[in-house]
Amino acid sequence: MQDFAESFRLAFQLVWQMDGELAAIIGLSLRVSLTAVAISAVIGLPLGAALATMRFRGRGAVLVLVNALMGLPPVVVGLLVYMMLSNAGPLGFLQFLYTPTAMIIAQAILITPIVTALSRQVLEDLNTEYAEQFASLSVPWPARIQALVVDGRYGLLTVLLAGFGRAVAEVGAVIIVGGNIAHLTRVMTTAIALETSKGDLALALALGIVLLAIALAVNAAVMSLRLTAERTAHA
Amino acid sequence: MPDILSATAASQQADTRAATSLLPLAVTGLAWSAGGQRLVDGVDLMLSDGGVTVIMGPNGAGKSLLIRLLHGLLEPQAGQITWNGQQAGEATRARQAMVFQKPVLLRRSVAANVDFVLRLKGRTDAGMRDGLLDRAGLLVKARQPARALSGGEQQRLAMVRALACQPEVLFLDEPTASLDPASTQAIEEMVREARKDGVKILLVTHDVGQARRLAHDVVFIHRGRVAEHSPAASFFDTPASAPARDYLAGKIVL
Repeated sequence: MQDFAESFRLAFQLVWQMDGELAAIIGLSLRVSLTAVAISAVIGLPLGAALATMRFRGRGAVLVLVNALMGLPPVVVGLLVYMMLSNAGPLGFLQFLYTPTAMIIAQAILITPIVTALSRQVLEDLNTEYAEQFASLSVPWPARIQALVVDGRYGLLTVLLAGFGRAVAEVGAVIIVGGNIAHLTRVMTTAIALETSKGDLALALALGIVLLAIALAVNAAVMSLRLTAERTAHA
Repeated sequence: MPDILSATAASQQADTRAATSLLPLAVTGLAWSAGGQRLVDGVDLMLSDGGVTVIMGPNGAGKSLLIRLLHGLLEPQAGQITWNGQQAGEATRARQAMVFQKPVLLRRSVAANVDFVLRLKGRTDAGMRDGLLDRAGLLVKARQPARALSGGEQQRLAMVRALACQPEVLFLDEPTASLDPASTQAIEEMVREARKDGVKILLVTHDVGQARRLAHDVVFIHRGRVAEHSPAASFFDTPASAPARDYLAGKIVL
């Protein structure tokens, strides 16, 4: 029990002093996850918008597939990306394996279906509401998409925050493709796994505290966005 | 009082000279079914005059469906709709506008709602936007979020947005349902202004008083068919069809 309390004391001390190693791990985690979110936004938002507004043969099957991909197991994604990027794989020549780029690719693959499916839902609800008015005004397709994205901006930001929350807390994929190499590919989740197995609970706890703080901040941001939307009567 | 009535009638008569080249509207054998039910059942209709044509009828008679078909929001399953010989569709709809019973406003400011339409029509005229908002008494609220407006103000904004399209034909689907008398009066004033500007108006309403105040002619729909199409005065004084007589007498029309 004393060890447990001591670990907490050390953990808070590490966070308070913002130890260099700790800061580097946090920095890399944020860089990897934010880049993955940006990539998934570029791919997932237009895909979500297209699925929300277009009617085509096989749309139902695509929706089922996208929704199913939301539950992609991170270790499976990690394994697939590993096979693609390893020297024997088709993209081995890129030499991305065990680099932050590989981790970004894995996280982007993991969260793009989430961004696509959730943004599709946000935009489809809005499109259903606007459809008759847009038809009456003969709004062309590009202007329709633009209007939906602008008016659904709070909902879409929430979607991106959800994607970030998933990415930053993920461990299975990044440990496979990143290798958890100190000062190169070690992020918060992989460091927690490593330090726990080594018995260095203080550093693991310190990183856990930061992760929890980020999770809290993301949730606070989501709530704040919702309140802003309600206050400005945009909801 | 008779002077006022005759003045109103004369003004309505003068306003029937519509500026639109979309008239006459000719509808023949129009039909539309859903769930195995003929909701619009062989409508024949000819509208040649401008002014306000009021479409009345009991709930479920097919009034809202009819104006959606006329506006080109729905494809007829049978029959024909032509506007001055031109088949109803994308091209005719671009010269029309519609205000729905429940206004659908964008999640942005009052001014931005009007700007959206002006941009679509290739006009970015802040002066025109402000003029329209001013006429609707909404200029002071131009920067406010549209969805923070009261129900009456939202419907006035929907009217402004429709008029910003500079339509030749304006469809109004029960625009004053559930509005208070002051808001109703404001909407009616906007309808009169539009009529003076030569806009042909097709108004669906259950409000007999409103129909009396605005109508040049009345189309009475019953069970998806035109039961009667008469000049307003004769419709209200001596309705020719039994369903219209029952409706005006406040009886349940089956």
